[in-house]
This record gives sequence, structure tokens and C-alpha cells, in this order.
Amino acid sequence: MNKKERLELAHWAIKQAQKQGANDASVDVGNSRDIEIEFRDKKLDRLKESTQNYLNLAIYAGGRYSSHSTNDIRRESLGKFIEDAVAMTKYLTEDPYRTLPDPKYYEGQKEINLGFYDPAYEGVNSDQRVKIAREIEGAAMAESDKIISCTSGYSDSFYEMAKVHSNGFEGERKATAFSAGAEVTVDDDKTGGRPRDWEWVTVRNYNDLLAPDKLGKPAVKRALDKIGQAKMESGSYDMIIENRSAARMLYFMYGPLRARSLQQKRSFLEGKLGEKIGSDKFTIIDDPFIVGGLGSRTYDDEGMATKRRVIFDKGILKSYFVDWYYGQKLGMEPTNGSPSNIVTEYGNKSLDELIKQMKKGILVTSFIGGNSNSATGDFSTGIVGQYIEDGTIIKPVNEMNISGNLLDIWQQLTEVGNDPRIYSSWRMPSLYFKDIQFSGI
Amino acid sequence: MSTMTRRKFIKAGAAGIALASIPGIFRANPLMAFSAPAGEKKLADYLEHFDVDESIIRDVMAAALEKGGDYCDVYFQHSIGSYIGLEDNAVNKAYTNVDFGVGIRVIEGDQTGYSFTEEITPKAMKLAAKTAANIASESKNLPPQRLQHHEIPEYYPIKTRWEDVKIDQKIPYLQKINDKVFSLDNRIIKSQIWFDDDTSYIMIATSDGKIVCDYQPMTSIYVGCSAEMDGRRERNSFNLAGRQGIDFFTPERVDRLATEAVNRTVELFDAVKPAAGEMEVVLAAGSSGILLHEAIGHGMEADFNRKEISIFSDKMNKPVAEKFVSIIDNGTNPNLRGSINVDDEGNDSQETFLVENGILRSYMHDHISAKYYGVKPTGSGRRQSFRYPVIPRMRNTYMLPGPHNKEEIIKSVKKGVYCKDFSNGQVFIGAGDFTFYVLSGNLIEDGKLTKPVKDINIIGNGPDVLKKIVMVADDLEYAEGGWTCGKDGQSVPVSMGLPTVKVSSITVGGIS
Repeated sequence: MNKKERLELAHWAIKQAQKQGANDASVDVGNSRDIEIEFRDKKLDRLKESTQNYLNLAIYAGGRYSSHSTNDIRRESLGKFIEDAVAMTKYLTEDPYRTLPDPKYYEGQKEINLGFYDPAYEGVNSDQRVKIAREIEGAAMAESDKIISCTSGYSDSFYEMAKVHSNGFEGERKATAFSAGAEVTVDDDKTGGRPRDWEWVTVRNYNDLLAPDKLGKPAVKRALDKIGQAKMESGSYDMIIENRSAARMLYFMYGPLRARSLQQKRSFLEGKLGEKIGSDKFTIIDDPFIVGGLGSRTYDDEGMATKRRVIFDKGILKSYFVDWYYGQKLGMEPTNGSPSNIVTEYGNKSLDELIKQMKKGILVTSFIGGNSNSATGDFSTGIVGQYIEDGTIIKPVNEMNISGNLLDIWQQLTEVGNDPRIYSSWRMPSLYFKDIQFSGI
Repeated sequence: MSTMTRRKFIKAGAAGIALASIPGIFRANPLMAFSAPAGEKKLADYLEHFDVDESIIRDVMAAALEKGGDYCDVYFQHSIGSYIGLEDNAVNKAYTNVDFGVGIRVIEGDQTGYSFTEEITPKAMKLAAKTAANIASESKNLPPQRLQHHEIPEYYPIKTRWEDVKIDQKIPYLQKINDKVFSLDNRIIKSQIWFDDDTSYIMIATSDGKIVCDYQPMTSIYVGCSAEMDGRRERNSFNLAGRQGIDFFTPERVDRLATEAVNRTVELFDAVKPAAGEMEVVLAAGSSGILLHEAIGHGMEADFNRKEISIFSDKMNKPVAEKFVSIIDNGTNPNLRGSINVDDEGNDSQETFLVENGILRSYMHDHISAKYYGVKPTGSGRRQSFRYPVIPRMRNTYMLPGPHNKEEIIKSVKKGVYCKDFSNGQVFIGAGDFTFYVLSGNLIEDGKLTKPVKDINIIGNGPDVLKKIVMVADDLEYAEGGWTCGKDGQSVPVSMGLPTVKVSSITVGGIS
């Protein structure tokens, strides 16, 4: 399908829904192509290649709402699919808040090229893909004789989509993404364990992929650094969360920030707009306009134009993620219902400098398991990391938990690193916290 | 095969949504090929459903093997999902999904080539087969064998197929549960109730000459509550799930869905956090099987052992636990969520002893690992859908009953935690660290269950915790809820079970 065909199909599907009795409808139509390669023991371990289609349809019929998806986008099948979809919608309860967004929110999309698509994609061939994976494995294997297993990988994907709403929205997008990295397991003769770690990046532009040795070598080093890991005494320690894991802690805040959680009365952040939830260092911004950003967009999932929004400003809660439906129910102005890129006000210290200023604490390099209670803010999660004394890494730790409440932990944030991890839409840097409760022995 | 059949199938593919009872719609539905009772597996019906015959499938397999692969399989799937939701006292949203396609896998040694197509035409399938074929580069050319229908047992018979259950039959369940929820406790301020069913027709053909088909139903009802007391809020949920039909939701179960969801929510108002650190932990019978899933289950999946990245890869036939500990992964439990009549590469489902009387006995195998180890497959090769290659996975993982009883176990604990209800867990397969998150439980003080506890993560090391299972009761129960296991980006439904079990020491994420 080309762009014109996708838009035509979307408009056609909307017309079919309306013919069956829908007042309004929205349709997303897309197709994608994905290629994945895994490399192991100097040979291709897995090759996966495919193309696929989808059509998502939302129906608004007499104040009733349903949504539907299918991967069979032939019109002869879709006709019946849409007829059935509208028919079932009539059995639902009327809900006056279920409408498409007011079209005024579609307006004002920023004019900007966000760099979704890299034309270099068309020139990437299977030899190049295999070469990247092979070189990553080679770089890793040369690093240590303690490696038990190394799997390197490369993948790329391409998608095109169109989005049409019956009340006037039309959007389309095509995008590429490239990923590469390695996962390494080493022999830990001290504990009998087989610690594993990884280095993996995802970028929009082929040329932004890191060189094979920048992926293979760090994966090995990270795994080797875990040799001898063990738990320590329970107690209060300072904590640095390394950039790649910092988004996990922040993610506990996301559910409670959503309008649905507020409306369903299961958010500990309800009624806290304007209140200080974190320290002066806790500034969180939803920034949709980063060129090449994995979460960048000029309109959101509901077609509403995006804006840069401050969520927390020096600790003060400034904005929730409000979608159209729950915003209507709450009588709140919609913002955007989901995050785009999450950024913060970056500090001026590197991870190494943050470590140097730590007297006694734990650098968390990874979380394991854990969860939080959206209604109360209580959280508890497992950690893996390094114990630090007087600015020096002393030994690897694991099998410990941190627990607390999300209304407290961000107050304990005292420093923000200068090292955002840009291979994620949540571009978090390393974060330094004072006096965190760790449980171990 | 006429073009007429092709057109009929296209309709069948897209129209398989469970609709309201509107006369005529189902009569016109060419899924009539399946008018036989649900689960009665007739190969001819499946071949017609996917509009293929043996010669087409063998042509596709020949294309898959043309570069010299050792083996290939072709996996056809048509799945139909339906979801309705109640919020703010009204069933005001519904979602349906139809998905179909065919996945083609080529194996050369332990290497895998994979491709799929959403278009089940001979041309599209051959193109996908040629793509998957690229994993191999040898001159040998093994022609696919003639296909023999492989009959399989039925572990989840249901009376009415989900495609024949209409939306207006489901809506009253949600309304009834909602009324009950609010009648039980005036502290309840919100409820969210979902009714899910997700059913697949699958057909698998292998180049070593097997063809097998299955109908795989799945359903769940989820009830979430928020409650308020003295300006404080709590929330919790309860759900029942299984490979069941609509008659699974008896009046008693509907009642329990409401009662359990409410009780589990309001009891949190009294809950405290335990102290942090190592202590004795008792796991309640039932979904505490999450301990096995994380502590040993993943580590026993053979792909991790073949690559020597599991902490269990050097422990086969060695003692790993007390003699009264036997751990099973089983695909044949009637109607359990992780049960499968056949695995996703056509191998028979079975009961697999991971640990027998304390000794490590068997990994869970797929085709590749079984060949690597020179053993029979264990029926553990599973995939999320036709979009994914098979990997070894768990099904229903549980521990057999032991010599103790619940009362003596609780009585034996001076200071510890009793864990009842869980949300999630994770494991690092090589180091062995694993966690699970406890939504609710109780403190144990001087041999008695006391105050409720909530929101604690528990973390341990798999082999270490197995050794520390010091008591196992006689009260095995299976988890009732809908557990989904993630691995390599693929999700599959699983279940688990445990008798009441005591672990002598494990780290609890409490408050110092």
C-alpha cells in the first residue's frame, strides 16, 4: 500500500461504519516490515523477516463506543468485519463522554521534521546486517575468556501508517528504527553463578548505531563486573540509579499521573497539582519535539496536537496525562494522554563524578521485579548493583530490595547526572538519592 | 479447491467476532465448517478453514527446505478475541480482535529461520518459506514426508464455542458482579470489571510428516476495586481464568469474583509493612506457585541450558531440594490456563518432572533442544502466535503435596511473613536472583497469623531457596487467576500451583 491507498482505505472504512449506523469513527491503517538477526558461536542463530498489516477502528454509535482490530485489510473482509463491529456496539450502555476529540485540539500541530524516517534504510542489505551482528560478537568474545555465551543481534524495522477521524483529523507517518547490541553471560567461579548483562541501542538513523566494539565490549565488562555479587546488610544507604534504569523508577509515577487513574480514584497523586512531590532537582518534562527522539510526535494517539509540557517543575506537580475521554469525565482540559519523550533538566556531573562524591552507598545498575501501589504510592523492588565507599566501587551486590513511598523518594533526589540515555523515549540520566532503605541480610 | 472456498474463508477470517444475538449473522457465517461441537477435531474442517490441502502444504515445505534445512514446520492460526468492560456502573466499552496468518520455520542444526505471512495463499506462503529457508546453506535436500493426521487428547472440552457466545449474553455477568461489589461494603468507591475471551484455531504441519490441529479456548473475568476509608484509598483485584467456556462462570464463581475482590481491597486498610531483611516466609497454597515459576521454572527451560546460561545447567540429576520436594510442569491439567492439547510444534503435551523427590530430573524441551540433548520432546515448545518462532516454555508449574500440614507450618514460625496474593515476578536466569511482588498476606508472630501486610517485594536466589524449602503441606492448590509469562518478547498463558510451603530464610523488602 502507498500513502494514498492507506488514506483511501481509512476513509472507506469510516464510510462503511457510518453506513452501518455509526455517527463517528476513527481508523488507523498501517503496515510494517521487520528484520531480526541473532548471531551466536560465529554463526547466524536466528533470522526472522516479515511484513504485516493492521487496521484499528473505533466506533461511536449513538453515544456508544467500541474498538476493533484486524490484520485482514482486504475490503471484502473488512465490510463484514465493520458491519459486525457496529452491530455489537449497539448492545453497550450509552456514555455521553465517549466522543472523538473536539477538532479544535487537532489544530496547531508544530511544523517540524522530527526525523522519523531514514532514507538509508532502503540501502541496508542482508550482508550488512549480518556483518554488524558478527562484528559485535567478535568484539565481545575478544574481551574475556570467562564468557560462557554471547548472543549479538541486529534488527531494523520500517512502518507506515495513516490515521483518519470522521470529524476532520488526517495524519500519516513513516518511520524507521535500527537496533543492535549484545547479551553476554560469564562464568562466576566465586559464587557458581552465571551473571549476564547487555548493551543494546535503538536509534532512528542507521548511522547513529554505535560501532560494534562500543556494543560488544561494554556488555562483557558489565557482566564481568558482577562476578562475586552478594547481598549486604539491610540498612540506609545513598543510592545512584544508573541512567539505563532510572526510567524504571520514574515509570512508577506514570500510572498515577494518568487521567484514568484519577477518575477511577486509584491515584495517590489525585488533588496534588501544585504540590511539592519531589526535591528541587525533580524536574520532568514531556518533550515531543526532539529530532530523532524515539517518542517524538506532532500529534498524539487521539490526533490531538502535542505540546511540550512540564510535568514536575523543581518538585512541584504541574500536569497530569489527560486523554480526551477521561478528561471529559473529570471536567479537565486534555493534555496528551500518554508521554512522548520524557526528559529532565540535566545536571553537570557524569556517572563517574557522581560515584566519586558518594561516601557509602549503592549504585543500582538494574532493577529486578518489583511493583508499586498506585493508590498509596508504596513501592518495593529488587536491585542489582555495586557497593561504593569513599567514591570507589568496592564490590558487586544483588538480591536486595529497596522499599518506600513514591511521595518520599523523589524528595530524596539530590543530584541529576549529565548522561541521558537517548536510546529510549524516556531519556533519563543517572540519579543520586540520599538515605534509601535497602533490605538484604 | 474452488475460488468460492477462498472467498468464503476470507469472510470467515474477518467475521469471527462474537456478536450480539442478531438473527442471521451466524447462519451466514462460513465458519459452519465448525458446526461440530467445540473441540471435536476434524482435520478436514481445519484444512477447509485455512483453505489448504496436503499438496499445497508440502509445496510450501519443499520451498522452505530448498536451501538445505534439516526440518521445517508450518503453523496456521486464526484467533478471535473479545473483551467487554464495565466502569462507573456501565458496560460502556468493547474491543474485538481478529488475527490470522501462517508462520514458517526452518531449522538447520540449532539455527532458526523464520517468516510469516498474513495472507494464506500458496504464493504468499512460498515467498515466506523461501525467506525462512535462508538460514540454511547446504546442498542436502530433504523432501518433506507425507502428512499423517496426529490425533491428540482433549484437556479442555467446552460446550459452546466462544464465537457463538454473543455480547448480550456476557453483559449481565458484569452487571451482576458490579451490583454485588457495591452491596458488600460501603467503602467501595469504584469498580472496573472486564470479561475476556480469546480463542485460537491452530493447525501445525511438520516436514517429518505430522499434521495436527487444535481449538484453544481461553477466558477470564477480572474485578478491580478502589475503596476509601477516613481519607485513605486502597485498591486491589481478583480474577478467574482458564481454558473454559461460559458455563465456567457459575453463580458461585460470579459471587466469589465480587467477594474476593472486595475483601482483598478493604483488608489493605489494616495492612502494615513487615521489617526489612531475611526471615522465614510461608507461601499460601495456590498462586504462590509464582515462587516455582521464577526460582526454578525459567532456569529449567532447555534453551537456557543448551546455551549454558542457566544457573541450573550443571545440576541435572543432582539433589537440589529436600526429598519431599517434587516439582512438575504439566500441560495436561483439565481446563487450566497453561494447558495445551498439543504444543506449538505438534508434540504431545505431557507431565514433566523438573524435580523428583529432590533430584533435578528434566528440562523443558522444544524440537531444537530435544535434538541437542538426544531426548524426547516434552511438549514445551510454545509461541505467542504465528508471528513468532517456538521456544521452550512453561505450562502449569506446581509442586506436589508434601508430608506437613498448614497448621503445623504456621505454628513453626516465630517471626515471618505469610504471602497470599501476588502481582508479578522476574528472574535473572544465570545469576539465579528472582523476585516476586506480594500484594497481600499476613505477619506471622509466635506461630500465629496476625496483621495483614501489603506491597512487599521478596527476593532470593533460585538454587538457594530450593534448598531452604523446609516444609511442604498436603494442600496443593492451583492458581485461579490469569497468569501470563513473558520471555524473548513473547507472552504465553501459564498457570502454577503450590501447597502451603515454608522457606526458612529469604529477603523481604520491608521497612527497616
